[in-house]
Amino acid sequence: MQQSFYQHRLANGLIVLGERMPWLESVAFTLMIPGGTCRETTPRAGLAGLSLELSQRGAGPWGSREIVEQLDFLGVERSSTVSTFHTTVSMAAMARVLEPALEVAAAMVLEPHFPEEELEEARQSALLELSSIEDDPAQKCFKELKQLRYGEVFGRSSLGTESGLQAISHQDCVDFHARNCRPQGSVLALAGNFDWEQFVKLAEKLFGGWSGHAAAEPSPVISHRGSTHLSHDSQQTHIALAYDSVPYNHPEYYRGRGIVGVLSDGMSSRLFTEVREKRGLVYAVSASSHSLKNCGSVLCYAGTTSARAQETLNVTVETIRDIRNGIDPDELSRLKSRVRTSLVMEQESSTSRSSQMAYDWVYLGRVPPRQEVLSEIESLTCENLVEHFLKYPPQGWTLVTIGPEPLEFADAISN
Amino acid sequence: MQFRTEVLDNGLEVVAEINPDAFSMSIGYFVKTGSRDETHEIAGVSHFLEHMMFKGTARRTSVDVNRELDDLGSQSNAYTSEEQTVYYMSVLPENQCAALDLLTDMMRPSLRDEDFQTEKQVILEEIAMYDDQPPYGAMERAMEAYFGSHPLATRVLGTRDTVTALTSEAMRTYHEARYAPNNLCLVATGAVDFDALVKETATRTKSWKASNISRELGPPKVQSQTIGMVHPPATQQYTLEFSPGPGYLDPDRYVTRVLGSILGDDTGSRLFWDLVDTGLADTAVAYTQEFQDCGVFGIFLACAPDQQTENWARIEAILASALESPVTERELDLAKNKICAGMILASERPSNRLFSVGNAWTIRRKYEGVRDAAEHYRQVSLDQVQQAFLKLKDRQRVLVSVGPE
Repeated sequence: MQQSFYQHRLANGLIVLGERMPWLESVAFTLMIPGGTCRETTPRAGLAGLSLELSQRGAGPWGSREIVEQLDFLGVERSSTVSTFHTTVSMAAMARVLEPALEVAAAMVLEPHFPEEELEEARQSALLELSSIEDDPAQKCFKELKQLRYGEVFGRSSLGTESGLQAISHQDCVDFHARNCRPQGSVLALAGNFDWEQFVKLAEKLFGGWSGHAAAEPSPVISHRGSTHLSHDSQQTHIALAYDSVPYNHPEYYRGRGIVGVLSDGMSSRLFTEVREKRGLVYAVSASSHSLKNCGSVLCYAGTTSARAQETLNVTVETIRDIRNGIDPDELSRLKSRVRTSLVMEQESSTSRSSQMAYDWVYLGRVPPRQEVLSEIESLTCENLVEHFLKYPPQGWTLVTIGPEPLEFADAISN
Repeated sequence: MQFRTEVLDNGLEVVAEINPDAFSMSIGYFVKTGSRDETHEIAGVSHFLEHMMFKGTARRTSVDVNRELDDLGSQSNAYTSEEQTVYYMSVLPENQCAALDLLTDMMRPSLRDEDFQTEKQVILEEIAMYDDQPPYGAMERAMEAYFGSHPLATRVLGTRDTVTALTSEAMRTYHEARYAPNNLCLVATGAVDFDALVKETATRTKSWKASNISRELGPPKVQSQTIGMVHPPATQQYTLEFSPGPGYLDPDRYVTRVLGSILGDDTGSRLFWDLVDTGLADTAVAYTQEFQDCGVFGIFLACAPDQQTENWARIEAILASALESPVTERELDLAKNKICAGMILASERPSNRLFSVGNAWTIRRKYEGVRDAAEHYRQVSLDQVQQAFLKLKDRQRVLVSVGPE
């Protein structure tokens, strides 16, 4: 697993990362900027998303429509997202168009037009997107879970609220961008087929004139326990469940992640086996590790017809708690095998590598080499996983259900 | 990149696009069977069978199958469509033989009745999950209305009634007929050891017997109609229109795909600029869906219920505007660049190439490298796209709209 990794810090504080994958024809970059929903105010919830949308409606020499046409002309695949702490713009393209693609991204950051006449259209789009989630109960369940678990500031949805979106002014968007879209705390991660020296020069040219610090982040994230039910006229009841775990920057993160792997990675995982294979209770059941700064959680989902929802919840919780009774060496060996394979296959995708590097940087302040991740995984034993589970047992539960009937809390959850 | 193919004595075809430098290899059985091959009584059997293929064989229990899939560190899954069922795995090259052994064994499942009854509950959950999603209901209804008595009208999942009534005996009969070696194709991409692949496959499938399999083909008789559906909990209105489009074997399909991109790609298209960018609709897209003997040109709109009528009128106006707003060279270039770049970027992963290579070979009996495939789009002329655009004005269509009232 050879890796050629580079990093450079621009004078203005922007971190530039690179991993060369010369066997590919593509490049992909991820630009993470401190401009997430935690920097909004509740009366303007949705501002991060609307500001991002407006920053893409014309920038530098390109008008609103020309930006889209330029990227299509170059054959650039792109996405932009807002999360709790960041605004992220990602692009992937053939290696030869790296420079013009990055020019567009830089213009969005440094020279957005923020056309006032397009605010209403952008607002209507955002309101439609917010309302469309009502028809997707599984997604809505997680939106509600985030709000309940992380509270007013850190639980905000990137979609905003109806009143928040209605209240946002053009000046709010301009100000949000000016306050948060700053090089200090931002990271630009590039993966694929490129020349590092040239890329650093390009980054200096395009981003060298950028300056400033982003506004300070709000206070530390705290998770809240509790439960809520939203009544919905549906066949299935959707269950979203969370409990405390260790975050990505914790020394024992890989043990926590390993336990989630035993629970949910692959078709032989415990949740799939107990909830779906043995009992046929669901089509979908899963668990995943989730981190918000220093606050780690495991998030679980199950969807099942209402008559079987209580049993599904009980079996899910019992399966999680049963980790304390031990992990089979075969389970661990399968887990390791899956991680080894996925680390090798990560080398086939510049897109996944660039987003992983950016994520690593904002969470850890460094990018662990594949070999280090592999060593962490290889050092997992059945004993140290169970020991970790007993040290950090599931607690601080948050539960959201959407469906015809609320569910009874198991004793385990009502802590 | 090298392409190799071999037909085994039992009729099973093995094909591979070999890239010795790849980090991984992908392998999949492409079975030429899907919902269009089902009678009404057994609607949903192809998809239900796909689930049952993971439930154990003469040599393996269902637990063994799942454990081995994970042991190999594989990214594996399966899907069922109207025309095919595909089982696939991506593994490190050193696991080729083990992956082949498992996947090949899975093609001869035990179909135990106890497993069948448990899995039936999972299928019914899957149906309930989609029943709660109004756009999916609109799509199923549109397929039924558009295809009428044509086999493509059959729902991939079947219905609650047909799945409940299905027996493991009927599934066994279906499996015996449809999973004969001459109806399967083993496809591999990436760092493949082809000689070993052929040899090992021949050994493992020696006892498989070919059978007489056919598929009813022919174009559907489309009757224009408009259908309204009510889904009280829905907050948005979902409207789906199907009109005739080229099939998978029709050379015009590249033209129609380019036209679909110009008119209704999810970004930068005419529908996008008129309806989505302006905040009138959440989604407004055009797309093509191709089958062996026919195809459809689809339009999908999601918007607030009280804006549906006005938005649909805007879509109608765009589709009928070929004369006053002909396709421009610029639009054509942008669409081609977008499509071709997307194909080449996706092709970097052997797991993506598996589906391109497998579909082209099983449906069209043709192999093309990604650049040759992209060339078909490059060859599309402005005049061809404009002619296809003009024809949209008088299309026959089935329109289904679902919303809260």
